[in-house]
Amino acid sequence: MSTESSKDTIYGVLAEVRNPKELIDIARTVNKNGYKKYDTFSPFPIHGMDKAMSLQKSKLGWIVLSHGLVGFIGGFSMIYYMMVVDYPLIIGGKPLMNIPAWIPVIFELTILLSAFGAVFGMFFLNGLPKLNHPLFTSENFKKATDDGFFICIEADDPQFETEKVSKLLADAGATNIEEIRDDS
Amino acid sequence: MSKTYEYVPEPALVKGNHDFSSITSLITDINMRPTPPLWYVAFGLSNILLFVLLFSIAYLIWEGTGIWGLNQPVGWGWAIINFVWWVGIGHAGTLISAILFLFRQGWRTAINRFAEAMTIFAVMCAGIFPAIHVGRIWVIYWVFPVPNSMAMWPNFNSPLLWDVFAVSTYFTVSLLFWYVGLVPDMATLRDRVKSKFGKIIYGIGALGWRGSNRHWWNYEKSYMILAGLATPLVLSVHTIVSFDFAVSIIPGWHTTIFPPYFVAGAVFSGFAMVLTLMIICRKIYGLEDIMTDDHIEKMNLIILVTGSMVGFAYIMEFFIAWYGQVEYEKAIFIIRATGPYAWAYWIMIACNVLSPQFFWSKKLRRNVTFTFIISIVVNIGMWFERFVITVSSLSTDFLPSSWGYYSPTIWDVLTYVGTFGLFFTNFLLFLRFLPMVAVAELKGAMPEADPHNYDPETGDYAPKKIEIPEPNKESV
Repeated sequence: MSTESSKDTIYGVLAEVRNPKELIDIARTVNKNGYKKYDTFSPFPIHGMDKAMSLQKSKLGWIVLSHGLVGFIGGFSMIYYMMVVDYPLIIGGKPLMNIPAWIPVIFELTILLSAFGAVFGMFFLNGLPKLNHPLFTSENFKKATDDGFFICIEADDPQFETEKVSKLLADAGATNIEEIRDDS
Repeated sequence: MSKTYEYVPEPALVKGNHDFSSITSLITDINMRPTPPLWYVAFGLSNILLFVLLFSIAYLIWEGTGIWGLNQPVGWGWAIINFVWWVGIGHAGTLISAILFLFRQGWRTAINRFAEAMTIFAVMCAGIFPAIHVGRIWVIYWVFPVPNSMAMWPNFNSPLLWDVFAVSTYFTVSLLFWYVGLVPDMATLRDRVKSKFGKIIYGIGALGWRGSNRHWWNYEKSYMILAGLATPLVLSVHTIVSFDFAVSIIPGWHTTIFPPYFVAGAVFSGFAMVLTLMIICRKIYGLEDIMTDDHIEKMNLIILVTGSMVGFAYIMEFFIAWYGQVEYEKAIFIIRATGPYAWAYWIMIACNVLSPQFFWSKKLRRNVTFTFIISIVVNIGMWFERFVITVSSLSTDFLPSSWGYYSPTIWDVLTYVGTFGLFFTNFLLFLRFLPMVAVAELKGAMPEADPHNYDPETGDYAPKKIEIPEPNKESV
């Protein structure tokens, strides 16, 4: 990258709006104009934003389900192996396959693995942890975790042209429009 | 005058004229201000207690469980009482964060972070007791299914083993849930702190969070699934804790009412503990706008409900003992109320059954000082509940010749007091370095966060005008 570092690459155009409603409106406008690579940023999730951005259902549920099944089947197999196959031991005159007594542990393992899926799956889908991001170069963007509402159209979008995108955002009422450079 | 109102609006969750940024600074400035001197005083005291705990544990390991007041047949004493008590306290945190979330109770956002932290630290305190009670702590790994030199596995038919899995799963899931909620708030702190060191530490905690909606999209799903998982989990944990008793054949323990009764008692004591901590903290840190009197009232209602459930369970225990016509079962309940531990039994009844009944009065529900006193009384009562269950059943078992009076030793007391050191050391560190209110969630629950509350033409904030009926005007 050393030869190209003088020629900054553009990551995208960032613009700010005043409140959640304007963010939804501008996201809808950008979405209607056929942009695909864009994102909105807000200090809290905004009700209705997923629809405005035409996001389908999150895939996380499937990750959790698969983990939960591993926990369930794994838990059952583990106990079966230990109590019936590897070291069969009659306890309290009960059958070796004493399934009702195994339910608590199998249940806990199902929950545990599902929770791992829900948390680590979410971070995986979000591409986190991430050490740095081009957007963090913007001083104004610090407000995104306080009271700022932002939209960014990324340069990867096939329709992306800096002037066109800036004009679109400005016409839709956004302010503080800035180009974000990707220096990495 | 005779106007009919269609609906009474909920009281505003956040009082005072706050916008998003003033909420951010109200909460995160606490972490960024210089450490208050009082904090050092409290932290020092907690550390002393923590050392008391560490010393008691060290002496226990050195000398063995004989230093405790245990005898035959009272093989379970303060350790199991404290274990159940601390785990029970933890349950309120999960109830607030998970169950109230599923029920869409917006008011939980003011207290959930706080209560979840309490859960985690309470479960830490709880976990210590069974771990050190095993006697030979150097072979504690036998409780986990790891291969060992005897080529044996733990007994999966044993409630004590279920407990190992339940409590460790509970701790892990609570920690994950708490951390997921913290990520956006750590990002807020990362963007606000001035010091380089703080930026790095909070930056690592925030994992590069930037508030992207494509992230919120998965995040909200994850949060909801976690809430859905934590709800059955929290119910299962205290159920399994109650199995430690109920699956045995000791009179007074071997009853099917134990799981629901233990869960209600856990929520009861946990809410009381949240109130105790919350009333102190909101005063010291000036968070009355967020943790309002309405919150106190709502929590008192839950205390009233769960306290009455616990009271009902006490009555049912007696009824079933009589109805079941088992001699030992009947005897143990009469001994509980009239025998050598009657003093503990009546403390329990007074604290758990009678004291919450004051909350039928709205005036008392909203009285902060009174609530504070009751919240402490409830936790004393719940400690005695576990004392009564454990000690009275064991000390007067089937064989009158082995009956005896159980008293704790100084080491029982010091270990218990010491766990408060562990709890408050952790809790003070949490208050100092992490946002004690879920900032992002709180903002999301404000009316300003709802796009429908904005004027469609000008885009200015214009909440719908709701006519508030006269009697409710003050509380809104």
